[in-house]
Amino acid sequence: MSETTAPKPFDWSSPKATATRKRRYAADRRLRLYGLISILTAIGLLGVLIASLVATGHTAFVQTKIAVEFTADPENVPPDDPASGNFRAVVSNAVQQLFPEIDDPRELRTASGILSNGAANIVRDYVTAHPEVIGQSFTLNVPASDPYDQLNKGVIDRSLPEERRRVSNEEIALFETLEDRGLVSTPFNWGLFFNADSRFPELAGLAGAIVGSFYLLLVTFLISFPVGIAAAIYLEEFAPKNRWTDLVEVNINNLAAVPSIVFGLLGLAVFIQVFGLPRSAPLVGGLVLSLMTLPTMIIVTRASLKSIPPSIREAALGIGASKHEVILHHVLPLAIPGILTGTIIGLAQALGETAPLLLIGMNAFLTSPPGGIMEPATALPTQIFIWADSPERGFVSRTSAAILVLLGFLIFMNALAIYLRQRFERRW
Amino acid sequence: MNMLTDAAVETALEGAPESKAAKMRGEKVNVFYGGKQALFDVSLDVGENQVTALIGPSGCGKSTFLRCLNRMNDTIDIARVTGKITLDDEDIYNPRIDVVELRARVGMVFQKPNPFPKSIYENVAYGPRIHGLASAKGDLDGIVETSLQKAGLFNEVKDRLHEPGTGLSGGQQQRLCIARAIAVSPEVILMDEPCSALDPIATARVEELIDELRENYTIVIVTHSMQQAARVSQRTAMFHLGNLVEEGPTDKMFTNPEDKRTQDYITGRFG
Repeated sequence: MSETTAPKPFDWSSPKATATRKRRYAADRRLRLYGLISILTAIGLLGVLIASLVATGHTAFVQTKIAVEFTADPENVPPDDPASGNFRAVVSNAVQQLFPEIDDPRELRTASGILSNGAANIVRDYVTAHPEVIGQSFTLNVPASDPYDQLNKGVIDRSLPEERRRVSNEEIALFETLEDRGLVSTPFNWGLFFNADSRFPELAGLAGAIVGSFYLLLVTFLISFPVGIAAAIYLEEFAPKNRWTDLVEVNINNLAAVPSIVFGLLGLAVFIQVFGLPRSAPLVGGLVLSLMTLPTMIIVTRASLKSIPPSIREAALGIGASKHEVILHHVLPLAIPGILTGTIIGLAQALGETAPLLLIGMNAFLTSPPGGIMEPATALPTQIFIWADSPERGFVSRTSAAILVLLGFLIFMNALAIYLRQRFERRW
Repeated sequence: MNMLTDAAVETALEGAPESKAAKMRGEKVNVFYGGKQALFDVSLDVGENQVTALIGPSGCGKSTFLRCLNRMNDTIDIARVTGKITLDDEDIYNPRIDVVELRARVGMVFQKPNPFPKSIYENVAYGPRIHGLASAKGDLDGIVETSLQKAGLFNEVKDRLHEPGTGLSGGQQQRLCIARAIAVSPEVILMDEPCSALDPIATARVEELIDELRENYTIVIVTHSMQQAARVSQRTAMFHLGNLVEEGPTDKMFTNPEDKRTQDYITGRFG
């Protein structure tokens, strides 16, 4: 060893060495800068998206309401069967009372247009729930119909010439008398969350879509979670490594990349045509979304299982644990945080999926939330799709609001995934 | 070079007091990892109630041989074992042998302490529980306590049995792993460099423990430390490049080895 010639001493302070080091530091700084620029771009784009959604959608979170005094005349509302009453008459009487100075029927019809078309239903629901008001007067906050709602929120510009406005000068004058009498209010729009869909924007809400999405995710979770974990455990722990398992693995990875619309076609052809499951049902949607989520679930679970240090397996095997004991008592519990994170991210993906749901008819117009997984339903993304297609002015802001609600759910789920990972992750 | 295969003959010839009847016996053991052969015709006996040390430079096959003794190599897909290994004259590679039972009878302690990320109590109780060794809750408590006592850990942890085992110090964790192995009442304990991740004080504690355990258990220990082999073992086997170079009573191996390679290794000339 001592015979070998030692390398020539290197001059660390020579200009060449200094320049080399400088270049290396510059490369470090450049790499950091590229990353920073990318992050800022991503955050910027996200900011633009959220800002534009908030700008158009924020008005949908409040609703113009008008305080109207109704009289449940026993003539119109039979006390023995209040639901069968003539509530249209109750509403038009109330409008006449609201504007006692109007006697022209045409003008009166215009005035009734200020109240939502669903006013009669709202009054009926109230009277059915409180039958003691029959024969008395009571005041209800009734949503204003869409044009007046938009007028009140400033979406319709009163200074525009009349022919370029959705509401005429006469209508504005009527609405302003109500404003002057202090009958107009704009409270928080709970209806957005608790009403089902409607033709009238002022009454349309996301309840049906939220319930539908919930059923969808429930079915997806119940299928893809156990099947995904079992498949991953088999592939990771039991399957021999040969050509067949390689083929299975390649195909699972391929499935993860199949466009979702293909899964929708498959669902239509197989679940609806062959198995005869009901159209538009969350069960079918959930089955289709499970197919989509399964590859992700399997890949994530396998990665989590693989990340468990072999020392834990050896420890268990070393005291004579059998294979299922090693997996169920030691490996799986340690892998659960990773699996849960993957599951939630997979479900979040499924929550935002639209194309396959359109193909199996989950974009139906439904005015009540689904009662179960076999009943027709919509989901949040398909509801957004339906509203985005609707011509009424009020649906523009409601579409943005619905997107914000969907994003809210997604952020919640992803935050939950991060929380679970940090809460249960064990280090050793 | 004459490889010694029969410990009894050896005993008679040398009159070494430590030699006892063979508990485990390997005959012409070959191990292949895929196309690569890791062990060549190794024949080695493990005497009952004594400590057998396996020494040799890295990659010499001593851990591979150790892992054959409780069939841990089964868990490696590409590993293949030929030859015969017996436990109490029963071939452990016989297809009829129950691996779960074998691994309970031949326990193992690993290089890096690897307690389960569970409580100290659960770490020790797990083995007896899966094998059904305790019929009542009280029995299990008893097994846990005795095992921890035998591993010399009980006094240090008796007040925190339900705290995580991973919170102990390295040396304590390794003794916990020994307690875990003891808890299933094994006959043989295999130790794969059990002190390589420990500091000298913890090492001394574990070595002391190994010496105490010899009374009730047959122990095979793989070690990189010649001093450790000299301190704890009664017999030593020297491996090199997958071959068993030499095997004999420890004091003879360290004072008067027959093979030049053993001499070179123990004097630190290679390895």
